[in-house]
Amino acid sequence: MAAKSKKDLLVENAILAPLDWVDERTLAVRGTKWFLFRNVPRDVSWAQTLGSAALTAFIVMAVTGVILAMYYEPSASIDPVSGKSVAYTSIESITNELTLGWLVRGMHRWGASVFIILLFLHMGRVFLFGAYKYPRELTWITGVLILVMGMLMGFTGYLLPWDQTAYWATVVGINLNGTAPFAGPWLGQFLAGGPEIGSTALAKFYALHMLAIPGALIALIGVHIYLVTRLGVSSPPWSGEAAGRERPPVEPEGARSGLVRGTGGGD
Amino acid sequence: MGHDLSDTGHDTAHLPGPSLWPIGFAIGVACLLLGLVISWIVAAIGAVLAVVFGLLWARDVTRDVRDEVPAIEPETRAVADAAAAATPAATPAPLPTYTRSRFLEASTLGLGAAIGAVVTLPVLGFMVLPSFTNLEEGEADLGPIDNFPKDKFMIASYLANPTAGEVTRRTAFVRNNGPSESGEPSFTILYSRCVHLGCPVQPNGPIDEAETKNVNGVELRPVLAQSFGCPCHGGLYDAEGNRQAGPPVRSMDRYAFSIKDGHLVLGELFAVGNVSGTGANATISRYPWSVPGTHVDGIEAWLYPIVPSQVTG
Repeated sequence: MAAKSKKDLLVENAILAPLDWVDERTLAVRGTKWFLFRNVPRDVSWAQTLGSAALTAFIVMAVTGVILAMYYEPSASIDPVSGKSVAYTSIESITNELTLGWLVRGMHRWGASVFIILLFLHMGRVFLFGAYKYPRELTWITGVLILVMGMLMGFTGYLLPWDQTAYWATVVGINLNGTAPFAGPWLGQFLAGGPEIGSTALAKFYALHMLAIPGALIALIGVHIYLVTRLGVSSPPWSGEAAGRERPPVEPEGARSGLVRGTGGGD
Repeated sequence: MGHDLSDTGHDTAHLPGPSLWPIGFAIGVACLLLGLVISWIVAAIGAVLAVVFGLLWARDVTRDVRDEVPAIEPETRAVADAAAAATPAATPAPLPTYTRSRFLEASTLGLGAAIGAVVTLPVLGFMVLPSFTNLEEGEADLGPIDNFPKDKFMIASYLANPTAGEVTRRTAFVRNNGPSESGEPSFTILYSRCVHLGCPVQPNGPIDEAETKNVNGVELRPVLAQSFGCPCHGGLYDAEGNRQAGPPVRSMDRYAFSIKDGHLVLGELFAVGNVSGTGANATISRYPWSVPGTHVDGIEAWLYPIVPSQVTG
């Protein structure tokens, strides 16, 4: 480091001092390094990127979903001007009138299928590689819950356009839930929300689709990624290298502690 | 030199030994499921297999854990009990003691739980209960019975709640059977929703649109039909509403009816297990209404012991 000029050191200080200040109080920088800088097996391939691809699809869903929610109106009442339901009219308006609305709705609609397909491909990769085995069983279980949540997103989102396909597919879906033993009829009636599948069901599905299920999904994805980070990526079954290597310390020997400078006050 | 770095042992230590019992357990479960379709004997054999092999498997898996249950010393407060330990034999077992910190911990958790319950229960109630309460649907007046010619189906359609729009449309297939043996008027009134999964069943026959009548908001259309079909999954019913083909699990739902001032009035909806005979002489096995797709008779009805009574489309 002696080679650095005085100016370089000043610049470094100006950038690193605030980061150190934050890191000392929050562990944010060391946490980020813990998350990002980890060993992966030498023989990973594109197959191991399916999880990240699914995550990317989910982020696209989340962003486009928030923006669609700015224009969509979950109401089954009849719009006096068009004579159609408000929900369907707002979908028509997003698709046909609002600038680039067709694109964002298309991303959300088709991206939903992409998300589910990627989840299945990811699941297949993990299964075929045996990556669900000790110590990654909980990662698999949270992944299955993510798949269930993804399907619930598909079920609740399908109703929202409020057209004939959406309506009758949801009638069938709700009654399908209704045939589950014991609790089924109660679940079906809760979802329907009354004597017919109408405005209450639409609002209920909208709330589930944009608030309840995404919340659960984000929490599960957080746990899933934490476990992946903590336990590391598994080697392919044909790998010649032994499994179970310890991860390197967050602050390798010889490196400066904290972010890169000073001893910090943390641990 | 990966082996030098590998952490020996820890990735195999918790693996259970190989076991054959899961295979027997899986066969048992498969038999059980198959038996639900084929016969209860197969199901019973499957259940026995599953239980036996499940227990063997559980015993196998938990062997390590069960073997080494250590004798746990009762928890003592070392300092306070040190004196008592000197004369252990004479003193009776001390009453359980609670420290201040234990009390504070319990009271904090208890208060937190109580506050949480007070806040959560009404909210949960509001989330769930509106789907099940105050849903009574009034009777529907279909107009004078003279509008229903004998032995012909009329499609009667009306909005149960006009302000809520088309989603509340109710459709019934009404046939005047003429007077029964006792002289009472007899009607066959089939509800249009499929008892498979709730799609709108259609009459298989030409509708005489020219003869369409509108009686106080009730649309009446004569139709020449001796069967009814569902467009969604191919359910087929005969003129009495009995299943002829496809996935429905019972006969079509029916409306109870009454005659008031010469008007046909629809009452409550009920489920039908089976109809034998036709028209006025039909014997109808009547059950309380249940959601589409649920059995109301036979052994499968045991899967739905208590059902909400409200009709949903």
